[in-house]
Amino acid sequence: MALLSVRDLWKVYDNGDVRVEALRGVSLDIARGEWVAVMGASGSGKSTFMNVLGCLDRPTRGSYRLAGVEVSELSSDELASLRNRTLGFVFQSFQLLPRTSALENVELPLFYGDVPLAAQRVRAREALATVGLAGREDHLPSQLSGGQQQRVAVARAIVNRPTVLLADEPTGNLDTATSSEILALFARLRKEEGITIVMVTHESDVAAWADRIVTFRDGVVISDRRTEKGAA
Amino acid sequence: MKLLRMTIRAALRALRRHKLRSGLTMLGVVIGVAAVIAMVGIGRGADVAIRRQIESLGTNLLVVVPGATTASGVRSGWGGVSTLTRGDAEAIGRDASAVAAVTYVKRQIVQVVYGERNWSTAAQGTTTVFFEVRDWPVVEGRIFTTREQDTAARVAVLGRTVAEQLFGPGEDPLDAQIRVQGVTFQVIGVLDRKGQSSWGQDQDDVVVMPFSTAERRVLGSAFLGSVDQILATSASAGQLSEAQAQMTAILRERHRTQPGAEDDFTVRDLSDMARAAQDAGRVMSLLLLSVASISLLVGGIGIMNILLVSVTERTREIGIRMAVGAKRRHILLQFLVEATALGAVGGLAGAALGIAAAGLVSGIAGWPVSVPPVAVVGSILFACVVGVAFGFFPAQRAAGLDPIVALRHE
Repeated sequence: MALLSVRDLWKVYDNGDVRVEALRGVSLDIARGEWVAVMGASGSGKSTFMNVLGCLDRPTRGSYRLAGVEVSELSSDELASLRNRTLGFVFQSFQLLPRTSALENVELPLFYGDVPLAAQRVRAREALATVGLAGREDHLPSQLSGGQQQRVAVARAIVNRPTVLLADEPTGNLDTATSSEILALFARLRKEEGITIVMVTHESDVAAWADRIVTFRDGVVISDRRTEKGAA
Repeated sequence: MKLLRMTIRAALRALRRHKLRSGLTMLGVVIGVAAVIAMVGIGRGADVAIRRQIESLGTNLLVVVPGATTASGVRSGWGGVSTLTRGDAEAIGRDASAVAAVTYVKRQIVQVVYGERNWSTAAQGTTTVFFEVRDWPVVEGRIFTTREQDTAARVAVLGRTVAEQLFGPGEDPLDAQIRVQGVTFQVIGVLDRKGQSSWGQDQDDVVVMPFSTAERRVLGSAFLGSVDQILATSASAGQLSEAQAQMTAILRERHRTQPGAEDDFTVRDLSDMARAAQDAGRVMSLLLLSVASISLLVGGIGIMNILLVSVTERTREIGIRMAVGAKRRHILLQFLVEATALGAVGGLAGAALGIAAAGLVSGIAGWPVSVPPVAVVGSILFACVVGVAFGFFPAQRAAGLDPIVALRHE
């Protein structure tokens, strides 16, 4: 059974005058442990799709099952719990809390979970070590390079051991070398933790790291193919 | 419980991250609370000071004079028909529970002579209790003793005015021999300056001597034991009217006044002035307190203002928190706790500042400092309430944000 299963998903923005159909009947299955790249021009609906997958937004119509649970019927508090435990986010612009140490940033999801206070610190340190930032716990985001900031963001995304990592243009603000480091980190996480990755990107060489590339246009999936890696 | 502890931690972290802004936000509350506490403290101190001053004038003093105030026909005031006696005074001292001390006075205008100078003044024969009842100490020498009173000794205590009129500068009145109505007296003390009475009489224009001396040797009397005035003090300022009622009842009984018949005496008190002064003080305190309350309110609006700005400024932070799993109530609680913490810390700082200010003012003015703990606890609590009340709107706004919109916010 697919971990993420989307059937005939619609998202319509209707503010009276303008009616925008961002998603027009998307159906997709993503298996546990898969690494899927989502591509498409801006306005193709890929970001909306990611927001729905990330439980940040609700579909207007259609079904979204996450690990067998129908997400579109959940309350906003239940969605928050899902975001906290099952999903991890990595954003293009890192989205770290300013003037807050790397460690405290990584602790943030634990803060809203059931993790006891004493264990929070330990687990946050472990996560920072996993992304290769041991020793930088007390650095503020402004004292870290872009690549390091994105590593902190990855540490924050994985600290609660989620099943799915959602990355929205994770390398969009990074140079090629740093991008490769982050993508290598993703690959390692998938190998070691069996984490499922859904990643939005513009760049085909970034998409090439994935097993599978799904392309959006005008709110529908126009292509869904396996990469060389995925085929192997 | 854990949620609250976490949230308090997050709120305190957030406040610490913006030290300057938190400080400035609190300033309004700090000043408001400080103002309230300082006002209450200074007001209380001033009140006590005023009460003490007035008590020195004799606010709990009751004066009984013969004659009715509203007698038909001839109205006689002070010193008219002598219907009061020593026995009346002694009965009051014995039976009126609300009366602390009682004395009596016989009084007459006399001529006093020292050497070549003479002066017309009032001789007052009274008891040793008089000095206590009038709160009137000697500045030189001493007052007469009970023994001198019993033996009708010819000793006199001079009022300031009399001392100045009879004795030139550099002359020591103590132990001098003066003549009162031709009788030789030894001056044993000079009274402190009392100034004018509330009805404009020079209270220092007096020669005080033992009652027995006055009655037997100087003033003479139609019948022994008659007095011109009975002076009494109530046990406390609050028991004034009670004392007055008890005295009236005792005197009516002793004078065999028929029920319904008019009193043949009048009990007067000097508390009108005290009441006026205290009322003025109360009005002043209320005025200051309302000004202080307004500054607290302004402080609260300051908190709301900054928190609203903070919600806008921290929209992304809220989005991030929501993305990693914060529920609406977490966000609501965080902002509420931040607001409350601002109020509480501001309240504490304000209380400290207010107590210091009250102490400073009281020290300069020489008033006793008196900041009631109730006012301190109350205004700190009120500051917290201000924080919660004015923090609620911004907090609700923060919690109502859409996570995606919040994340995209630049």
